[in-house]
Amino acid sequence: MGDFIIRIENLSKTFEGGEPVLKNVTINIKKNEFITLLGPSGCGKTTLLRILGGFDEQTTGKIYFENKLLKGIPPYKRKLNTVFQKYALFPHMNVTENIAFGLNIKKVHKDTIKNKVAQMLSLVNLQGFEDRKVTSLSGGQQQRIAIARALINEPEVLLLDEPLGALDLKLRKSMQIELKKIQKQLGITFIFVTHDQEEALTMSDTVVVFKGGKIQQIGSPVDIYNEPDNAFVANFIGESNILSGIMIKDFLVKFDEVEFGCVDAGFGENTMIDIVIRPEDFQIFMDTDKVAKLQGIVKRVTFKGVHYEMEIKTKFRTFIVHSTKMFPVEAIVGLDLNPEDIHIMNKGDNDE
Amino acid sequence: MMNSLKRIYLGIIIVILYAPILVLITFSFNESKTTSWQGFSFKWYIQLAQNPSIQSALRYTLIVAFVSSIIATIIGVMAAVMINNLRGIKRQFIMALTYIPLLSPDIVIGISLMMLFSTINVPFGLTTLILSHVTFSTPYVILSIMPRLMLLNPNTYEAALDLGATPLYAFRKVILPEILPGVISGAFIAFTMSIDDFVVSFFNTASGVNTLSIQIYSMARRGVSPEINAISTLIFLTIVIILTIVNIKASRKMKLEGVQK
Amino acid sequence: MNRKYLITPYALWSFIFVIVPLFLLVIYSFVKTVDGQVIFSLESYTKFFDPLYIDVLLRSLRLAFITTIICFIMAYPLAMILNSREFSNKTMILILIILPMWMNSLMRTYAWMILLENKGVINNILNFFGLPTKQFLYSEGSIIFGMIYNFFPFMILPIYTSLTKIDNHLIEASYDLGANKILTFRKIIFPLSFPGVITGVIMVFMPSLTTFMITRLLGGGQVILIGNMIEEQFTRTNNWGFGSALSMILMGIILVSIMFFSKNETLAKGGSLI
Repeated sequence: MGDFIIRIENLSKTFEGGEPVLKNVTINIKKNEFITLLGPSGCGKTTLLRILGGFDEQTTGKIYFENKLLKGIPPYKRKLNTVFQKYALFPHMNVTENIAFGLNIKKVHKDTIKNKVAQMLSLVNLQGFEDRKVTSLSGGQQQRIAIARALINEPEVLLLDEPLGALDLKLRKSMQIELKKIQKQLGITFIFVTHDQEEALTMSDTVVVFKGGKIQQIGSPVDIYNEPDNAFVANFIGESNILSGIMIKDFLVKFDEVEFGCVDAGFGENTMIDIVIRPEDFQIFMDTDKVAKLQGIVKRVTFKGVHYEMEIKTKFRTFIVHSTKMFPVEAIVGLDLNPEDIHIMNKGDNDE
Repeated sequence: MMNSLKRIYLGIIIVILYAPILVLITFSFNESKTTSWQGFSFKWYIQLAQNPSIQSALRYTLIVAFVSSIIATIIGVMAAVMINNLRGIKRQFIMALTYIPLLSPDIVIGISLMMLFSTINVPFGLTTLILSHVTFSTPYVILSIMPRLMLLNPNTYEAALDLGATPLYAFRKVILPEILPGVISGAFIAFTMSIDDFVVSFFNTASGVNTLSIQIYSMARRGVSPEINAISTLIFLTIVIILTIVNIKASRKMKLEGVQK
Repeated sequence: MNRKYLITPYALWSFIFVIVPLFLLVIYSFVKTVDGQVIFSLESYTKFFDPLYIDVLLRSLRLAFITTIICFIMAYPLAMILNSREFSNKTMILILIILPMWMNSLMRTYAWMILLENKGVINNILNFFGLPTKQFLYSEGSIIFGMIYNFFPFMILPIYTSLTKIDNHLIEASYDLGANKILTFRKIIFPLSFPGVITGVIMVFMPSLTTFMITRLLGGGQVILIGNMIEEQFTRTNNWGFGSALSMILMGIILVSIMFFSKNETLAKGGSLI
């Protein structure tokens, strides 16, 4: 228990006269962890962040911060700081005044403030920007100022609400790396909210997938990608082929009238299950002799930069397949799978 | 062709708008009491300076305008900030309340307040004038602040709290600077509405406590008076000077910001 | 943000000085005093249905209507001119037009007395050209003149504001799709400026219908409008019941006409009033 800096227990939130936006959320967050709350918009992830920051209050449930109950404490007395979605820089103050805002309130000595601001600016790679107007900065620069403004208060936990959402792709990629670097360097806990699964997978130690106010899965990026708990997670984390099949016995699964070896066990015998197959996991080859386990015809080919995406129509369905090799439309191809590429999930409450 | 038509039309309108004012100013310097020109004179200005009832009216007008606009601004700012946080039915209710004085004719506001004051036995005079002026000017303050508040990124206030500011400190340092132009123009509107008001004041004052509007009304009912010309001229000049200063400042500020960008 | 108490002063103020007075107005209009006893009565309302009073109301409506129409006809082209790009010193012209509005309305009305008097400036000019003196003051015409002069800025500002808000791309798109200038005006510009027109109409119609000051100064007691009647009940005859009933009828007319004009939508955007 002592390892966790934040414990969220059975948290629920319903806004006045609305549907519940959080349902029984329980998460334990370790010190120095980079944890990402991932989900489509409206899934409750931002609400959770706002409750942590003290801007909203839960309807039921508890939050412990360093083992102390966090309740009724206003935002300005919490040892958490937030980087807001649209940065929320104070437009009438310059860069220094924005960053020094928190320290000025604490009446820190002027020289100390000056040093710390300079330190922060170098941390976010904006040396020499002290006197600039924040309204004259680019989106990426404003973003860095917002991070510096939060970090100068040396929070135990930094909350980031889709901070990279407004940046263009290239900038977003470089900021992802930079944010991760800053987190490692300072050794503080980051709670990061995003709807971008790629961002979540690259940056996090732990990913929490949300849907409709409920946690779908908590795990490391690798776990979440390779062993999604249900069809929603599988689909949300990258494109997938999801199909139903029968678990004949441990390590043997059957779908589309073909049996495959797999690495999963413990589902029982002859059980209906869902199967996830990542498009890049297929082995694809020309199959004029029709010897492969699955046969199909290429129906569409799209070049995606690094790979080709192909739609391959078999007797039962159309698979999405990624490959670095291109197969022309109308080619007859065979598909095969390694046991570890077939991910088995329980059927069931996938839609809730 | 089109262009000169437009200019002529514009010219006619401006002539109609200014003719009465120019006539007023001209005749304030007329030697004679009638509207035939008898020679240049400052006589009416001198009489004006010696007329105690006009001076007292001017004093009351300014007192009422200052006090009522300050009260209206304070109440209005607090209300606007809160209304901005309200949602749904509560917000609609308060906004409807705000629109009532805006959409009621002056005369109805005037007589209904008069009935209130005499029902609850508030003696008519300076107090009732100030109370009634605050009542009709507060909605204007609220409406001039609301658009600014709605433009405000709600996260900036939260960001200030997040960084350790108390709500009051956050209001002073983050919200107020952003809505200040709205607050100032709201206060300015309240002030000019108060000075300009005649109808509401007419029903809610006692004899001896006259505002300029009431004073001019009672003088003008008896016919044309050169003293009114004189005071009107002075007021018009004051307005021109104030507006010129405000506009020069505004355009300077705009130029400054233009340079920075 | 749990600072809900900030609303209290305003809510309280509105209750005492807006709601209660209106409530009093309703009460007074429905009661009469018989032998020191206050009883419910519709007498104040039935009294109104005298041809004499109906006449006054119809005259008030007619003058307010004429004033509003003339203001609109004068203001719309002016707003269009101001909004056209030919004028580089647009702000200057706008200030010129608004400036008289800053003058006290009493003074603006009074100024017309000097011009229109029997020995006034206009008659002096007429006499100079050998024309006979004409009675301008104390007629419906002079009252309409005074009302137009007083309330004209209320018409021009909302229309101008709504015209400036029209996205130029919409007009260009209309031309692009084959509409000529007149069609573009009818189908695009005028409909989009309509909220401003409505606001302007309300802002001119309402004070024109209710004024008693302009009637008194430029009508000299010769022309009586409903505003004068209400004023008289409170300042001279001291008949609060009848005065309240007249005010209620006036409010009713205004409410109906506002609803007729705006169908809820523009009221919500009432912010453009100022």
